Amino acid sequence: MKASLRESLDGLAKRLNTGRYPYIVSGSLLFLGTLFVYLSPRSIPAFLVFVAAVSMVYFLKMHKIVKLSLAVFIAIILVPILGARNIFYLEVIFQIAVFSALALGLNIVVGFSGILNLGYVAFYAVGAYLWGFFGSQQAFLLHEIPGTAPQGTPFLLAPDWFYLFIFLGIIVAAIMGLLLGLPVLRVRGDYLAIVTLGFGEVVRQLANNLDKPLNLTNGPQGITPIQRPSLPKEVVDVFNAIVGPLVGNKVNINQFYNILFYLIALVVVIAAIVITYRLDDSRIGRAWTAIREDELAATAMGIPANKMKLAAFAVGASFAGAMGVLFAASRTFVSPDSFNFMQSIGVLTMVILGGIGSIPGVIIGAAVVIILNLQVLQSFSLFLSQLRQSEAVIPLINFHWKDLSTQLDPAKYQRLLFGIILVLMMIYRPAGLIPAARRTRELKGSEAESCNYIPEKGSEIPPGTANDSPKVPGEAPKGSGEAPKDEAAPDKEKNNG
Amino acid sequence: MRTVQVPVAVREIVRPLVRMTIFVVGAGAVFSAVMILLAALFRGSGADKLLLENQGVGILSYTISILPQVLIDGVTLGFVYAAIALGYTMVYGVLEFINFAHSEIFAIGAFAGVEFLIFMDKLGILAKASIFTSYILLLMSVLAGMMASGTAAVIVERTAYRPLRSAPRLVPLISAIGVSFILQDLIRLVESLTTGQFHRIFPTFGNFDDRVPLFTFKVGQEPIDVDIQVKSIVVIGAAVAMLVGLNYIVNATRIGKAIRAVAQDRNTAGLMGVYVNGVISFTFLLGGALGGAAGVLYALKFTRIDPFIGFFPGLKAFTAAVLGGIGNLTGALLGGIVLGMLESFAGAYLTTFTMGAMGAEYKDILAFAILILVLIFRPSGLLGEQVSQKA
Repeated sequence: MKASLRESLDGLAKRLNTGRYPYIVSGSLLFLGTLFVYLSPRSIPAFLVFVAAVSMVYFLKMHKIVKLSLAVFIAIILVPILGARNIFYLEVIFQIAVFSALALGLNIVVGFSGILNLGYVAFYAVGAYLWGFFGSQQAFLLHEIPGTAPQGTPFLLAPDWFYLFIFLGIIVAAIMGLLLGLPVLRVRGDYLAIVTLGFGEVVRQLANNLDKPLNLTNGPQGITPIQRPSLPKEVVDVFNAIVGPLVGNKVNINQFYNILFYLIALVVVIAAIVITYRLDDSRIGRAWTAIREDELAATAMGIPANKMKLAAFAVGASFAGAMGVLFAASRTFVSPDSFNFMQSIGVLTMVILGGIGSIPGVIIGAAVVIILNLQVLQSFSLFLSQLRQSEAVIPLINFHWKDLSTQLDPAKYQRLLFGIILVLMMIYRPAGLIPAARRTRELKGSEAESCNYIPEKGSEIPPGTANDSPKVPGEAPKGSGEAPKDEAAPDKEKNNG
Repeated sequence: MRTVQVPVAVREIVRPLVRMTIFVVGAGAVFSAVMILLAALFRGSGADKLLLENQGVGILSYTISILPQVLIDGVTLGFVYAAIALGYTMVYGVLEFINFAHSEIFAIGAFAGVEFLIFMDKLGILAKASIFTSYILLLMSVLAGMMASGTAAVIVERTAYRPLRSAPRLVPLISAIGVSFILQDLIRLVESLTTGQFHRIFPTFGNFDDRVPLFTFKVGQEPIDVDIQVKSIVVIGAAVAMLVGLNYIVNATRIGKAIRAVAQDRNTAGLMGVYVNGVISFTFLLGGALGGAAGVLYALKFTRIDPFIGFFPGLKAFTAAVLGGIGNLTGALLGGIVLGMLESFAGAYLTTFTMGAMGAEYKDILAFAILILVLIFRPSGLLGEQVSQKA
């Protein structure tokens, strides 16, 4: 019964994905989504339809050129126009772009080379503080007490240095990645995860405390204002002249900055995607996969494991560094709070949700987590606060909504969201929503007759043979995994007699 | 070799007590000696002059004058860390994985204990409690914390770890991180739904805030009083009792033998008729209960709790477990005491010695630095055997 339902669903999906159907589906969805968002810019379902339409463009089988031109059309024309109607969407999309790049970077470390990095956000912080320091007045406040900037302190650099600092952010973060990588290479597996966690916390604490002896980071207050790249007024006027009548309202310069940062983030993300794709199937990418599956065997085959791991750290970190610079400029403010452990786990959640090692997966993961976080949780909060103001009562238990504690604000329960995603994914779908292509290929090769595109949980981790399974993320090398049993209780053993 | 035959029960009670004494005295002596040496080296430095200017004492006499208080604080903190670290180390010994959610198990214990006491406070019992009843009430709140945490730990193991037991190592670790986040927000959810806030304050009752004078000693002409808070005595006493009890259970009982067997080789233990799942659940129960009790003691010592208090003590306790050699009960004890002392010393002296450039805030970084250094240079810890690297 269940199987036949599934078959018919599969059949339907296959039919929709052949011939000219995909063009019709994605075209109509896109049209509907655009229409919805255009008509009711504040409605969340409309936005979700739009996002679904955009992802359909990726998933349906269409001619490459059609796909590409649709994507360019959406990214460069549709999104800024719709964003001008409701600037909040641009913020959401900007965040999706930023976190996609972070997730792609973490994916290189966790997904490709199998190193669990729990302090990834530290590199993001490095990028953010880099521009935070050089793009603000902080350099002239080294000997001031935090929060006491004298009037008329000049800025260190002109705002347009920002573009150069995106590249500097890449380099500095990559160097930080190497520095962290060097000592960390001696530890493995779950210990390594804890060490990276410690490193992330150290960076945050340093940002928090380096307001003395020299006031480098302004301490917990954070650095503000940070300069944004310059934006001539003419550009905004031209945009308003062209798009204004279409949207029905004019954007001011601050709102236009959202569009600008969206476009910059888009460029960075596309660069990240291209780099990741190129790396994935390159010599280096294959070396990473080999290390992930079995480090001993990889070393025996002549792969310089340490060099490759360092490369993974550096490349992963560099994405975060670039996005950090962008983040600092877009917020005009950095503070240590933005780089806590929860952020690291948030990025990890995106990677795990989408699929470890899978490039489209982590982007979808980032989008889903950000939308859940920024839209669903927040609208739920709004809904609750409306209920709180109403006279509504839950019938059976006679509970008045207005008695609900004001502390209950779902928008603040991100940890719950991340935690539930992590646990459920680990138990039911460790390969993620969209498993990595290479993993799927391997599965298809070994089970040629099986037509399951997405592996079942059972085939993903066969119980008891987990150690030989080549498909599982972050697998610790088998050879070194043998040792622990004897070490577990050396002291207890002696007392046994 | 001739050995004196002592009954196992007696031996397993005396031995940990002796060890604890050695660790406390040894760590205290080493830290004091290093500190005094440092102070002697710093004589005449800028820090010395600054201190003379501001307080009229040299750095050496300053160091010596606050030393006993620092030691007492360090020991108290150390025992709390040791009690938490045992939870990590036991689970690691049996399952070889880092129970990341243990810090939240600790927080659950703290909340259960404090909520119990607040409830008693509302009933008016706390206000009129005599000294004796206040100790009974504290004991009951510790038991409440142990029960809540033990139950939580067993439930977590059953739902989030057991299905992943045969999965690769990082999978249960990620699941544990998830559980840790879920628990943090669940505590917050329950607290904010029932009480409207999520910061709780340990109610004041009994004589726990009193100070017991210990001794007076002279540095130069200045007499220095050394005293200890009653709550510190309670924390140390309770922690010692628990550690001895745990050592007894693990080393001198039947279930303890089963735990050791599972830790050595899970499959073989199963073949020998040990009920492995039950033993693992029991391990989580024990570790969780210890963590819960530590949570209540922590709340007693530091008064204010929130759903996220588990994070730093948890990480430091993990550091302690690694420092001592993870999987090793004695090691966790030693690691906890060393780390507690280190933190207390850093908190007390760092500001003075660096002339205010580095405040006590850096003590958290110090713990991480220790963790990273130990993992890199001696991953088997102080008491662990040198083996090829696991994980």
